[in-house]
Amino acid sequence: MSDTFERTVAKPGAPQWGPTGVGGLGGVLMRALRVIGRQREATVFVIAVALFLYFLIDKGSEFTSKSNQVTLWSDSVAPYAIIALGEVFLLICGEIDLSVGFVVGFAPYLMHYLINFYGFPGLLGIVFALLLGLFVGWVNGFFTVTVGVPSFITTLGTGFVLMGLTGWTAHDEPAAIPAQVMGIGKWIQNYSWAPLVWAVMLAVLFHIVLTRTRWGLHTVSAGGNLLGAREAGIHVGRIKYGNFMIIGLLGSLVGLQQMYYTSNISPTTGSYQWMFYAVTAAVIGGTAMLGGVGTIVGAFIGAVVLGILLDGFPLIGVNADPLNVVFGGAILIAMVANVQLTRLRERGQR
Amino acid sequence: MTATTPDGQTAPDGQTAPEDPGGDVLRCEHIAKNFGMVTALTDVNLRLERGEVLGLIGDNGAGKSTLLKILCGFQPPTSGRIFLEGQAVTLKSVDHARSLGIDAVYQDLALVNQLTVFQNMFLNREKIRWPLVRNRVMRREAREHLDEMGVKVPSVNVPVAQLSGGQRQAVAVARSVFSNPKILLLDEPLAAMGVKEGAIILDLITRLKHEGNVSIIIIAHNYAHVFEVCDRINLIQDGHITLDKPTSETSAEELTDLVVAEYRRALEERQRSA
Repeated sequence: MSDTFERTVAKPGAPQWGPTGVGGLGGVLMRALRVIGRQREATVFVIAVALFLYFLIDKGSEFTSKSNQVTLWSDSVAPYAIIALGEVFLLICGEIDLSVGFVVGFAPYLMHYLINFYGFPGLLGIVFALLLGLFVGWVNGFFTVTVGVPSFITTLGTGFVLMGLTGWTAHDEPAAIPAQVMGIGKWIQNYSWAPLVWAVMLAVLFHIVLTRTRWGLHTVSAGGNLLGAREAGIHVGRIKYGNFMIIGLLGSLVGLQQMYYTSNISPTTGSYQWMFYAVTAAVIGGTAMLGGVGTIVGAFIGAVVLGILLDGFPLIGVNADPLNVVFGGAILIAMVANVQLTRLRERGQR
Repeated sequence: MTATTPDGQTAPDGQTAPEDPGGDVLRCEHIAKNFGMVTALTDVNLRLERGEVLGLIGDNGAGKSTLLKILCGFQPPTSGRIFLEGQAVTLKSVDHARSLGIDAVYQDLALVNQLTVFQNMFLNREKIRWPLVRNRVMRREAREHLDEMGVKVPSVNVPVAQLSGGQRQAVAVARSVFSNPKILLLDEPLAAMGVKEGAIILDLITRLKHEGNVSIIIIAHNYAHVFEVCDRINLIQDGHITLDKPTSETSAEELTDLVVAEYRRALEERQRSA
């Protein structure tokens, strides 16, 4: 490999140090490279469109009706997409959160207890429900970063604790939404498109944070080269704590949304299934489990694929069990593609 | 007990630890480092003159990298003192050391494969206009800086995973001199590199030396490289420095003999105790 030092993208006339760097042949090459880099998102996007068209052709107006489209985007895509955003950040920095589904379940109960039993004003109850997510995230960070327990185990533990707390304190009974917080519900969930708007706005925000801020770059660094990031002086622990807290906050938000969606507080809301769907969306969208790799765009499209299947299969008379078989297959295919792509890239580089 | 400077210069008195460094940009006194029960450094006395290139050589496990990681603020010493331009300093973190003008290139390079060349060049010292990073400015400055240093990469926009070993090393070295450090620490800058790629790094070091703004400590295995660029050589054995000579007054043979002699001594001791 004696010639590697001179190796460039060998195209005659391609400006290696073009002062603009984006124009001319170099720019075209750059864009081509970027497209290849995003191939995973492109593939998943095509799958999403194909699935959409399939249900459109097969079910027609039943699928395209406003009520079904609201169900699809606001109820089947948005909540999983929102949690997936947080899961992408955690997976990229080399961790995972299995407990977030139980934050979804417990947050509305905490709000209900504080308002109805301790006399908190409605808004403060909501604030504390959101703080719960941050607190659970901090606890996950404490055990993972400070104590050194792998996050898979940490969050398995905190997940069970939250699951137990929910059932125990609620006596496995649903509760009514406190009247004080009914009004705010329309902004969080009850306007038809509110959840989708939340999901899209958060996705845009998270995409910018991941790609254009120090936090995002340091998250990639922590997962891509943990020791190297430390040597560069990055406070890796702080990054991980932060990302655990972010996903906790998202879990709380989705918990409140689900409360308004089901019009009551239910002990069966939120579970491992929620976390599984979020991780599935991230993985289908090209996020690697080993850290360093993943995009918000990919995870969001992954959630769209998931949501279309969740919404469309019942329409064509397929029930939940075959659906899970499809999800499992999709995860396996996505992971195999991921591994193969990585191998190809490594081969191309050596 | 005096510091080991047997090269005819006035040796500073190690016991009284005077604040006057006598032109040394960096000086360590009695640096020791334990990791639990394991002793990595016993008593290191080292000085670095302004503008010189000091070669730090020694066998695997002699404590070279441990010393470097102490000098760049990555880990604190168990005991001992560090003087920067005559001032006693306690290096609290990598950031702190960097703010004092000490920068390092680690053996593992500390590059993030998934990030681009320019993102790596600015890792943890990103240019920002809050809250966003200023990609255009960083891209331009990284490109200019690499050009200036004669480092060739396909583009500053490719992930470093796509670079060759030599290019990665060159990017890491270029990054470390980006902020005009006073002291540069290089851990095995030529490890796992072909002759041609190694020559580029050696040229880079020679160029920095002639510019004269930076004092350099190079950790190396390969004596030939050390003799090519270093002004002075320190041999570290068993956690302390056992030889300190100008490059012109020593030879690869002498260094090899010293290392072999130590092996022999260790072997004999083991046989005697057995």
